[in-house]
Amino acid sequence: MLTLLFAIGLLVFSGIAALFAGRSPLISTVIGVSGALVSCVVGLVPAIRVLSLGTVESFRTVWQVPGGSFYVELDALSALFLIPILGVSAICVLYGGQYLQVYKNENKLGWAWLWVNLLIASMVLVVVARNAILFLVAWEIMSLSSYFLVTFQYYRKGVREAGWTYLIATQLGTAFLLVLFILLGESGGSLDFDHFMFTHGSWSGISANVLFVLAIIGFGTKAGFVPFHVWLPEAHPAAPSHVSAIMSGVMIKTGIYGLLRTLTFLGSPPEWWGWLLIGIGMTSGVLGVLYAIAQHDLKRLLAYHSVENIGIITLGIGIGVLGISIQSPQMIALGFAGGLLHVINHAFFKSLLFLGAGSIIHATGTAEVDRLGGLLKRMPWTGVTFLIGAVAISGLPPLNGFISEFLIYVGAFTGAIQKTTPLAPLIGVIASLALIGGLAAACFAKAFGISFLGEARSQHAANPHEVGWIMRSSMLLLAAGCLLIVIFSPRLIGMMSSPIAVITGLPTTSLLMELQPASDWLWTILQVVSIFLGLLGILATIRYLLLRRKQVELNVTWDCGYVQPSSGRMQYTASSFAQPITDLSRLFLGTSKTFIPPQGYFPEASSFHTDTPDWYRRHIYGYLFSGLCWLSSKLRWFQHGRVHLYILYIAVTLLLLLIWNLG
Amino acid sequence: MHSRIDIIFTLIILANLLLLSSSRLGTCINVAAIQGLLLAVLTLATRTDEPLIQTSILILSTIVLKSIVFPQLLQRAIRDSETRREMRPYVGYAQSIVVGMVVLALSLWLGSKLPLPNPTISPLALPVALFTILVGLFLIVSRRKAVSQVLGYLVMENGIYVFGVTMVHESTLFVELGVLLDVFVGVFIMGIMIFHISREFDHLDVDRLSTLKD
Repeated sequence: MLTLLFAIGLLVFSGIAALFAGRSPLISTVIGVSGALVSCVVGLVPAIRVLSLGTVESFRTVWQVPGGSFYVELDALSALFLIPILGVSAICVLYGGQYLQVYKNENKLGWAWLWVNLLIASMVLVVVARNAILFLVAWEIMSLSSYFLVTFQYYRKGVREAGWTYLIATQLGTAFLLVLFILLGESGGSLDFDHFMFTHGSWSGISANVLFVLAIIGFGTKAGFVPFHVWLPEAHPAAPSHVSAIMSGVMIKTGIYGLLRTLTFLGSPPEWWGWLLIGIGMTSGVLGVLYAIAQHDLKRLLAYHSVENIGIITLGIGIGVLGISIQSPQMIALGFAGGLLHVINHAFFKSLLFLGAGSIIHATGTAEVDRLGGLLKRMPWTGVTFLIGAVAISGLPPLNGFISEFLIYVGAFTGAIQKTTPLAPLIGVIASLALIGGLAAACFAKAFGISFLGEARSQHAANPHEVGWIMRSSMLLLAAGCLLIVIFSPRLIGMMSSPIAVITGLPTTSLLMELQPASDWLWTILQVVSIFLGLLGILATIRYLLLRRKQVELNVTWDCGYVQPSSGRMQYTASSFAQPITDLSRLFLGTSKTFIPPQGYFPEASSFHTDTPDWYRRHIYGYLFSGLCWLSSKLRWFQHGRVHLYILYIAVTLLLLLIWNLG
Repeated sequence: MHSRIDIIFTLIILANLLLLSSSRLGTCINVAAIQGLLLAVLTLATRTDEPLIQTSILILSTIVLKSIVFPQLLQRAIRDSETRREMRPYVGYAQSIVVGMVVLALSLWLGSKLPLPNPTISPLALPVALFTILVGLFLIVSRRKAVSQVLGYLVMENGIYVFGVTMVHESTLFVELGVLLDVFVGVFIMGIMIFHISREFDHLDVDRLSTLKD
């Protein structure tokens, strides 16, 4: 535990040191990055120890804040979340060290490093805090430091607006958490988490339900459940890429952590909580991936994929919660294991993809898919690692996304063949998982195909350079992580049993037993897949051998009589590639099209473009906030600027309170 | 003993009513100075059981600040800015007196209701403290000139002083000196502000400040 506290301290210290060394961008970067790296490595040691042994380490001291105490504890659930928080963030910070050098003239890099290191430190504190005040303080530091990172390029108007959206969303979410913790503390008699533990009997049903809904809204805003997801597609594109990677890969998982932690306070859940979670998972997953397909900005697309993956995680948790209420140990073990493993997996491949997008921006200056093309030849490292991430996020074997989704599939099937649960919703889970997987594959066929294959579509993509070796190696590390998780998956699935034991209170050994068959199946599947991969390798070798003697040359693709055989423009665009799917799902998306069809025998200018703004942002939050604005404008007469009357308000209020209290 | 203290309280109440009814700023400042002097006498009358040195420090600083320094500062402010009278206050002088009587009744009622930890030297102490505080607030709210507002602030502080001297029994010296320091800094800053306002705008009407709102 003390090692972890030391890591937190070192993070904060190195951040401040980087700020004070801000005059020289290089020194500031070196201090910030090395401080973060050392403390992440140091912090990972206790996390891995606790996760593999299933022990609990705690530390408690007084804190001069009403209701607060500095009470931190490291159990298996916290340790599990510490792995992406420390491991993935460290790699992203390493990448950022080189990525941010472009901005060293416009920005003070010292601030960026202070906020990044504070963000990591506060995320660590969030998952180990065991006092509501400490938790909320860490939660707010996390929100604010990430806000300052989102607004890193504050001199751009769009970035400032995205920052506002994020700030408002996160503060509204915290408001719900505040109520949640006050209610919990009121019933528990203390704001320490260990007082929140209740047997089911001491909760009246309604208040537990209220607390659960508060947690769903509060933590769901951070995690990005539909319809609270609106900040993700704004904030992620605005932030620098390594920050998007940390925020999307790691930070939003603290919402999932909070939800799981709250579940441990609320006793045994009624059945509808499981169904609600499954419903949220299905809508977030399917809508997230549908919106992703319709996007043309690479980072916005990835942001919607975060919504989708949070949906998958929630599906797993929902199956686990359902398993608790119908007392099915298989569903508990498989559902939670799938969800938790997906937390780690998503952290790896999503940050890999964001770093890939960052490399593209670094090399070409744009993240618009329609301006890219043909990058694979010029940026092979970025291309291959991006491809690995794309395969992983689509849930295809043999990469890590498949493992966790497979566990959720098995959990849903196990529930479906039991007689105790209604069949249709679980089949819905399986169907929506399959739909999500298929659509994600289509989406990344578009994202990878349009940006990395074919020919350059604009001057931006014509002469890109491969990024520096630090950025390359961080992407390689993450890609290697995706592969390593697969290789160690049988052991990793076993490791999930201790966090699940923390959530559900079931013994680890029985959970391990439930996970064993799934792990065995997985092993068989991976063997088959590796045979196929071997065959593919043989085919590739044969192709290579056959072509070795032949001459391979580049030529213009369309050269049959065109005046301007520009191969860049004669390709699929992102809009046209996605058009079949966006047309099918236009009921959900509300995509607006601008289509000027070619006319006559000698058609001239014609164009096709689609635009998919977020329906929830425009139709729910747009009306909500303009309504609020209208309401508060009605109160403007109250603010007239006469100081006398302001003082009169105060005096009269105080006097009335005094009279009311005495009379 | 009792009656002597009650006489002082009555004089403080009368001073408050005079402040409410007078339109001449010079008179108001002098009344506030006399009120400060009354407070010093009150301290002397109530603090018989405490070390002489503490009481004398308190009394001396009260007299110096409340009866000499502040009045001088304010007199100079009205002399420099040539504002002799409070013209067109928000609440007229007759109405002010009526409000003052209502507030006095309210304070007496509150004083009878408020639970107090230890027996007080006089049943009038709490009502007088509340009345003075409320009169100070009322002056701030109802007057237009910046000087009157500073005066209101001073009167309000006098109320707090009455409360402290009569109610608080431990380590009064530090509490009172702390409050006095606050007021000193406050009046000092206001004095500077008044000086600057009158130099920039050649009047001291604070209601023009409302154009500063967003």
